[in-house]
Amino acid sequence: MFFSMLSEAWHAMGANRLRTFLTMLGMVIGVSAVVLMMAIGEGAQQAIKKSIDSMGSNLFVILSGSSSTSGSRTGSGNSSALNINDANAIGELDDIAMIAPISTGNAQIIYAGNNWNTVIIGTAPSYFSIRGWNVDSGNLFTETDIRSANRVALIGKTVVENLFGDDVDPIGKTIRIKKSPFMVLGVLEAKGQSFDGRDQDDTIIVPITTAQRKLFGNQIPGSVRMIMAQAKSEKYMETAENAINELIRQRHNIRENTESDFSIRNLTAMAKTASDTARTMSMLLGAIASISLLVGGIGIMNIMLVSVTERTREIGIRMAIGAREKDILLQFLLEACVISIVGCIIGVGLGLGGALMVKKMAGAEILISMQSIALAFSVAASVGVFFGYYPASKAAKLHPIEALRYQ
Amino acid sequence: MINNVIEISGLYKDYDTVAGVFPVLKDVNLTISEGDYVAIMGPSGSGKSTFMNILGCLDRPTQGEYKLDHQSIKSLNGNELAKLRNKTIGFVFQGFNLLSRSTLLDNVSLPLVYANDSKMLRDEKSKKLLEKVGLGQYLNSKPNQISGGQEQRVAIARALINQPRIILADEPTGNLDSKTSEEIMSLFNTLNKEGITIIIVTHENDIADHASRQIRFLDGRIVDDRRNQKFEEIY
Ligand SMILES: Nc1ncnc2c1ncn2[C@@H]1O[C@H](COP(=O)(O)OP(=O)(O)O)[C@@H](O)[C@H]1O
Ligand SMILES: [Mg+2]
Repeated sequence: MFFSMLSEAWHAMGANRLRTFLTMLGMVIGVSAVVLMMAIGEGAQQAIKKSIDSMGSNLFVILSGSSSTSGSRTGSGNSSALNINDANAIGELDDIAMIAPISTGNAQIIYAGNNWNTVIIGTAPSYFSIRGWNVDSGNLFTETDIRSANRVALIGKTVVENLFGDDVDPIGKTIRIKKSPFMVLGVLEAKGQSFDGRDQDDTIIVPITTAQRKLFGNQIPGSVRMIMAQAKSEKYMETAENAINELIRQRHNIRENTESDFSIRNLTAMAKTASDTARTMSMLLGAIASISLLVGGIGIMNIMLVSVTERTREIGIRMAIGAREKDILLQFLLEACVISIVGCIIGVGLGLGGALMVKKMAGAEILISMQSIALAFSVAASVGVFFGYYPASKAAKLHPIEALRYQ
Repeated sequence: MINNVIEISGLYKDYDTVAGVFPVLKDVNLTISEGDYVAIMGPSGSGKSTFMNILGCLDRPTQGEYKLDHQSIKSLNGNELAKLRNKTIGFVFQGFNLLSRSTLLDNVSLPLVYANDSKMLRDEKSKKLLEKVGLGQYLNSKPNQISGGQEQRVAIARALINQPRIILADEPTGNLDSKTSEEIMSLFNTLNKEGITIIIVTHENDIADHASRQIRFLDGRIVDDRRNQKFEEIY
């Protein structure tokens, strides 16, 4: 009986094609919006998760320059407030596992007539363990390279692509950074985007001593732009931050109630904020899309109510020849569900198509999960049942005689 | 031995209207035995249709006893009444009441859907019945493609599909010309000969003359109940 009712529901839909189509359109739009928005939202979350994983864990960055006067932060990292001794002192703190002093700057790179402008990071070997960064080929530089300020460089994937192309093996080649020659020691493994959107592979890493003496020569000896510090584990993050703050203030002789000449950024907290924001965004997108699903459901209810009124006489006839209340209920419920599920199938198709188009045209990362499709289906079925139930029960509760007398 | 399929005693039916309670049937008593052929007559508004609807389990009496096949209707719930309408009673209306969107075959087999028969069995039974009422060549037509007389034949086929014990027909020829009416009545005659109890409401004496028993309603009461002499003459 279920199947003959299903086929009847199918035929009832065909009886008024335009109306069925318009009703279904509400579901189609709602479901495709949910699928598309979830694909975009989950894609964004995944992209952020990837870049957070690439960053390293439990990280602080200590910058010179105060943090509160953000309007005039142009000086941030430029003043020479922080030096290598600060860095080493931070490294001695109980809560800190490792530190890496960092100097950065932009420079023009030349190899065999190819030009590329990129970020130069001068740092110590500890930087690689803090960030969990290794070479794809070649070797990392060592403490020896730091001590002798060797002209060796590790280059990122983006730099390799732009300077060497696909055919040349960069290892052992000599590149010119700001005109002075550097030997390529290794190619860094790809890190992708950072959570604030920079390409982490568009960079060259050299020993900090080399960077200071031979690339950014106009700096006070021993000064560093920033210090990266890694806490021993997540639970030391708070105490570590306080300890660093106290330590550097003491070392810089900063009196109480006076602003610091440096600032501490908790990268892990910032990353968490970014991922929380992404999650909130994706939930918001989903919620907005769900509203269109709700509107689609109300459309179904509306049409089913009209349909029940129009077919009152038919309901009377069916009751007169032996339909029970539950038969009538099932009939109209099935019609609502067929509309919403067929609409859902079309909507999932459109949503997936739309997601692929967004990926192609906007280059945005998307993630299509089976869960989101399953969710869309179950929501559509529940919408059909939920919004179809009231009209269907209205039909089932009709009195046979009154239904038959209805003109 | 004669079996009384319908036993009615002290039956009342009131309608609640805006003007207050409106009594339509007042103390109706009636017994109909199996295989009987009853014509119900009476002026418009005398309560014939109301009475038929109660007989057909489409409505419940306000007061009084209605026993169908010795079972009191009062004790039955909605599903049980639906089952009686499906299996025991076949209803034929003045306005045919076919589903306009469905084919004749589907119209006739609709009661079988609610009786849970398989599609194959349904089609087979319906085809046989449509052939019996002379519409074998119209199985897949829609009701609007055939004449009124033919529509009423389809409705009768539908009423017969579950082999009911009783056929209730409320002015079945009311919308038909006299020639077509005669054809429909001869169909009822055949069915009655096959043993089905038939109760038919009509205004016309020619139609009522087909029945073996004639009952007259006036103002919600039975005022006359007699055997039909002509019936004995004809048959
Ligand atoms: N649902 C109803 N509500 C109120 N009054 C009704 C209803 N159905 C029938 N009546 C009234 O009951 C009386 C009997 O109606 P009916 O049984 O249809 O008579 P008949 O079929 O003999 O012409 C009429 O006066 C009619 O107006
Ligand atoms: Mg009437």
